[in-house]
Amino acid sequence: MAVTPLAQNARTSRARPRTRSRWNSPGRAAAPLLIPFCLLFIVFFLAPVGYAINESLHAVKRSGLGFGSPERIFAGLGNYTKVFQDGTFLAGVGRLLLFGLVQVPIMLGLALVLALLLDGKAARFTRFFRVVYFLPYAVPGVIAAIVWAFLYNPEVLGVDLLGDGTVLWSMGNIVTWTWTGFNMLVIYSALKAIPSELYEAAALDGASPWKIAWSIKIPMVRPSLVLTGVFSIIGTLQLFNEPMILSDVTPAVSKDFTPLMWSLQVALDHNDYGLGSAISIVLALVAGGLSLLFLRLSAWLTARGARP
Amino acid sequence: MTRARILVTSFLFVVAAYMLLPIWWLVVSASKSSADLFSTNPLWFSGLNLGDNLSRVMSQDNGLFPRWMLNTLLYAGGGAFGAMLLAAMAGYALAKFPFRGRNVLFGVIMAAVLLPLPLLTIPIYLLESKIGLINTAWGMLLPSMVSPFGVYLARAFAQVAVPDELLDAGRVDGAGEIRLFFTVGLRLMAPAMVTLFLFQFVAIWNNFFLPMMLLNDQELWPITLGLVRWHGIRTGFLRDAVVTGALLSLIPVVLAFLSLQRFWKADLAAGSIK
Repeated sequence: MAVTPLAQNARTSRARPRTRSRWNSPGRAAAPLLIPFCLLFIVFFLAPVGYAINESLHAVKRSGLGFGSPERIFAGLGNYTKVFQDGTFLAGVGRLLLFGLVQVPIMLGLALVLALLLDGKAARFTRFFRVVYFLPYAVPGVIAAIVWAFLYNPEVLGVDLLGDGTVLWSMGNIVTWTWTGFNMLVIYSALKAIPSELYEAAALDGASPWKIAWSIKIPMVRPSLVLTGVFSIIGTLQLFNEPMILSDVTPAVSKDFTPLMWSLQVALDHNDYGLGSAISIVLALVAGGLSLLFLRLSAWLTARGARP
Repeated sequence: MTRARILVTSFLFVVAAYMLLPIWWLVVSASKSSADLFSTNPLWFSGLNLGDNLSRVMSQDNGLFPRWMLNTLLYAGGGAFGAMLLAAMAGYALAKFPFRGRNVLFGVIMAAVLLPLPLLTIPIYLLESKIGLINTAWGMLLPSMVSPFGVYLARAFAQVAVPDELLDAGRVDGAGEIRLFFTVGLRLMAPAMVTLFLFQFVAIWNNFFLPMMLLNDQELWPITLGLVRWHGIRTGFLRDAVVTGALLSLIPVVLAFLSLQRFWKADLAAGSIK
């Protein structure tokens, strides 16, 4: 009973100076809201990145016969040259680029078409379709890969979908299946945000639905297309779950099929954290570089399209 | 006009069939005995063994599966809730307080959105093994609570949905900033927060790499890790356990989506339009 007035007292006595200081420094008011996130952000984002960079600049030297304790030495950019000298990295990136050049346009194209159709007037049961298309997104990547791996079993379909020539595209099918609905929803939400007066006027002027989709709707959702494009590029370079599951099922997928798988193999199986970190860092830089290039390209295309 | 409608709707149905095909196969296969799994029509039922399969999944390896299910719910539910709260607080603070260094901080967080998460996983593993967090539930939960994309989304949403006038009115009434956030800010941001929760829930549910690195103890594994292990063993005996387990593992995510669906609508676009 006696606690309540005391607590209230403490609150009122503190209230005034706090009000004043808030106006003086917004930082003081923001701090308690920011600190919890920033703390975890530092521990689980910034520190690991620093750790990886530091690790990538070092190598472990073992004495000739493997006796004695290994010695950790500064290696400069040695690990980075190793990344490029070993053909595994370039082969993996090449595979992923080929994969991305085919799979990403198909997936985003399908997502855009579906979003436009669901947003248009001709479609029926749009609610049902939206839920069904989005459903695969809720299926964890490894589970999706396991299920498709069962379906690819020659006993089921009678075709070899896991051979050297086909397995990359079988993988592309898993990724397309998982992510088309998600991308469709992002684009669809952007379409819904377009004020309908914009194209109702065009329709009154006799513009066909095709024309409206092409000249009004698609340009209006370009930011969403760019966003999904960047996410797809990053996702492609990080491909891991699908090839890892398929490597259990078919010899056509090696344990170093993608750069990320190789990095893991190097770090965990060979205990070479330096090289493993260097691979991840180069991969991150490639992903960042490609995303930037893509952003530039789409900005340039927009600027060019805007000119009459 | 009607021809266009028929064409469009049939196309949409074909795509829907493609999306449902693996799930349908999973439902059908989960009801088959292991002898029938590959010898009968893959897309139609043959005998009803669902009960046997269920009890096998539940009892396999001394009942590890239900354990994995609970672990997954804990990691995904707890992690997503934490991520949602932390991101909402940080995003709100970034949107509503013009403190010095705000843009730099936001820039650093945004750069982290583009960072491939797997890059972090091995260092996190090494760091956690140094501070003894490895092989614990907290070691899995804490990294899952950091969502830079969530901060981005929360900030974009706070700018649009939380009017400054309302906050000023609250301040005049003497409400503290923390209280204002929880009573006014968080409530107005609720739709975006549901989206964020679902995203993070699925992301954690999906994340296979992190638990694979951090958790050695089978008792702590999430469902994905366990099923992949069973799948890797690939004996006929485990094959139908994997299939039935995979089907069961979908139920919580689908339920989460369907139950929260009415709360989250078009806010996915809030971030991309800006």
